[in-house]
Amino acid sequence: MSQQVDKSLSLANPSPRNLSNPQKLGLGLVGIGLAFLIVALFGGAKGQSLFFLISSLSTMSIGGLLYGYFEYKGRPAGIKNHGVMFFSESSKGVWGWIIGITLTTFYVFLYWFPEYMAGLISIFDPLSHAIGKGNASNWFMYGVFYTVAILVMGVKFLYKYRHNRYQMIRTGSVMFFQLGFAFLLPNILYQMKDVYYDWTSIWPLRYYELFPNSVNDLLSHGGLGKFMVFWGVISILLITPILTYFFGKRWYCSWVCGCGGLAETAGDSFRHLSDKSLKAWKVERWLIYSILVLIVLVTGFLWAAKLPALSSMQGVAGEMSKWYGFFIGAIFSGIIGVGFYPLMGSRVWCRFGCPMAAFLGLQQRFFSRFRITTNGGQCISCGNCSTYCEMGIDVRAYAQKGQNIVRASCVGCGICAAVCPRGVLKLENGPDSGQSRVEEGNY
Amino acid sequence: MHIVIIGNGIAGITTARHLRKLDSDCRITVISSETDHFFSRTALMYIYMGHMKYEHTKPYEDWFWGKNRIELLRKHVQQIMPSEKKLRMADESEVYYDKLILATGSAPNRFGWPGQNLGGVQGLYSYQDLQTLEQSTPGLKRAVIVGGGLIGIELAEMLHSRHIPTTFLVRETSFWNGIMPPEESEMINQEILRNGIDLRLETELKEILSDENGHCRAVITNTGEEIPCQFVGLTAGVHPRKELTAGTEIETNRGILVDEYLQTNVEDIYAIGDCAELREPAPGRRAIEAVWYTGKHMGPVLAKTLLGTPTPYRQTTWFNSAKFLDIEWQTYGDVRNQPQDGEKHLFWGHADGTKSVRIIYDATSGTVKAFNLMGIRYRQEVCLKWIDTQTHIEEVLTNLGLANFDPEFYSQYEAAVIEQYNAQNGTSLTLKTRRNPKKVFQFLR
Repeated sequence: MSQQVDKSLSLANPSPRNLSNPQKLGLGLVGIGLAFLIVALFGGAKGQSLFFLISSLSTMSIGGLLYGYFEYKGRPAGIKNHGVMFFSESSKGVWGWIIGITLTTFYVFLYWFPEYMAGLISIFDPLSHAIGKGNASNWFMYGVFYTVAILVMGVKFLYKYRHNRYQMIRTGSVMFFQLGFAFLLPNILYQMKDVYYDWTSIWPLRYYELFPNSVNDLLSHGGLGKFMVFWGVISILLITPILTYFFGKRWYCSWVCGCGGLAETAGDSFRHLSDKSLKAWKVERWLIYSILVLIVLVTGFLWAAKLPALSSMQGVAGEMSKWYGFFIGAIFSGIIGVGFYPLMGSRVWCRFGCPMAAFLGLQQRFFSRFRITTNGGQCISCGNCSTYCEMGIDVRAYAQKGQNIVRASCVGCGICAAVCPRGVLKLENGPDSGQSRVEEGNY
Repeated sequence: MHIVIIGNGIAGITTARHLRKLDSDCRITVISSETDHFFSRTALMYIYMGHMKYEHTKPYEDWFWGKNRIELLRKHVQQIMPSEKKLRMADESEVYYDKLILATGSAPNRFGWPGQNLGGVQGLYSYQDLQTLEQSTPGLKRAVIVGGGLIGIELAEMLHSRHIPTTFLVRETSFWNGIMPPEESEMINQEILRNGIDLRLETELKEILSDENGHCRAVITNTGEEIPCQFVGLTAGVHPRKELTAGTEIETNRGILVDEYLQTNVEDIYAIGDCAELREPAPGRRAIEAVWYTGKHMGPVLAKTLLGTPTPYRQTTWFNSAKFLDIEWQTYGDVRNQPQDGEKHLFWGHADGTKSVRIIYDATSGTVKAFNLMGIRYRQEVCLKWIDTQTHIEEVLTNLGLANFDPEFYSQYEAAVIEQYNAQNGTSLTLKTRRNPKKVFQFLR
């Protein structure tokens, strides 16, 4: 019965979206920008790269900003989730599927058939000549798209959460790290020193960063290369444990990381689509820790195979790293990770796949001062916190018992605390002996 | 032992869960004609506003009940037969019980207004009410809400979220000022108006007019104004549902009367939650406290009693919370709309009109009695500890940071509250403890 009624409540789309004229203009501009890209894709931008580049990116950015601004303009600051479950794009309706399939297709071509995108990639040449190296590659183009998406959708998110300083500072942070340390600095260093290094992407997320070939390659680039190797090693072995102890894994996952950055900005409209069931949690734990073990093994084997005595391992280790790159690096983190945003939520990769998240999560679970504190017995079990948890944590299950929440997967985005209508949840760093967990039934 | 619970709301379900926690053998049956599974009634508004679907409002997954051997029966109980210890359902089937718990909740008040049973006129309490509201929504040009309480403002927010022009009739001179002190009440008035809801204070419903199809077409107010509308929401409070006690020996007043063990006058029949009326409420407390937290508190207590450890239900220090459009409200202790005898109120309000702190203390002893927070979150455990240990107002103020529960990076107003106190009392207190989880941890230990 509940199923039937649920449909009548949700699929009737009782509140057709009232788009204001500026929003229609914004969508129109995004459409025009897309049209430029499609023309370029089919080779129509030959000799006019700069014009196509500027036209497409500016119309899409301005259109996106217009749309975002007028979505929330004139409405009092506060939680803006009206209609999320009714709108097609955010409730796995037709638009959700169209966006999902389009993104997935884009990623398939980006990873395996970039030659079919040559026309599109070539419009990025002028930008690549300015801040990158040589003609644009598919990855340079992707970096531009990625950064623009985080910036434009980041501004929308900032405006949406203008009442919440935690959200604003956190979002400013992911925008800053993406633009400065994941896009500009790596490309400029590549141009000047011929060495490419993404400062925000740490092994084992950037799984090949500590592979012997990458390390040797960096080491051959003088002092800077040596520093990059040093930075990569202390990032995972020293910086990560210290920051995670004090702040939880959020310092990385929702403040610095590019994958997290995209999820928190462009993916914000899909955060509620994560599966909250106990079953999904079980799948999550098996998958993510298996992948962590796998990448540690692959990296270890590759180094072991460098030893003369174990050189026979070379073949196996090489194959393993190839398959890891194919299944985890490309299919999981790229294609499913972003392509499935509108179907499985914005943190599919972060939750089920990312070995860095797994590593940080183990620390967060067992030795970190971070937790989400529950405010006594004020919970009314409404479910907003669980619904809007992008990591699929059933936050309510803890909150309604008056328990603090210490979960490996929590990225500390703070949305549960923001959407809670009764002020029950608070992200905190501090001592927690377990005594602060209130015995059920006291409330 | 077969324990049968009528009603699958927070009170009934909490009892069922705790029975199973304490005892793995007893047979537990929960009967409801509302829904198959327990859902959060307070979240109904979010379904209508599109924040959540019905599925999201269920605090437990559907397998939970089978796994914990809590039998769910989707039936409507027609009659209680205490002498035979059985229940008769609307479909004529029968259920026998050893112990019976009535957790039937509330129903919206209807005060005999002409036209109150017309089409398009309803309250908002049950899942079925939400369905009816959904059916009434298409084509609505204006809605009128009657009654300025928590459900009234929720319903106003719901309709407003669907861009339906809404007129909100409130009998009082200011929203909910029977409960809220004047400053907070005025903040809510302004919040309602800021959102574009047509708030009419000191306005009462006189009559609902019908169209030719028996559907409402307008209301007439006590000022004689006729407001055309296609929907009327009746939200002038709720009353306990006690109709099942008709024709039995079970004593009732406004609600179903229970002793401190939550037992009715009939052996083996208990009542909890909204429908229960305490024969002897604690001093200064109401006999019926129809809020979520009451059901949540009574459940575990009753479970112990039923399993052989008689445990009285004690009303602990009052707390409550709500959200008025975008303004959150938390209250700890006994807050009245006017200072009571021997009471002093310290009130600080932010210039933006969306945040305030009120601390109530005893004028002679200086002990803190209550907190009322608008747009600012305070820690329940800290506030209750201050109240329960009769802490002095100045001690509380200098350590006020302990209570701060706002998100990180939010502005902190503790110093401003102290300044207000200093200005009123000629003191020169300063804030000693700012927001600090470590100190909270030590304080509560």
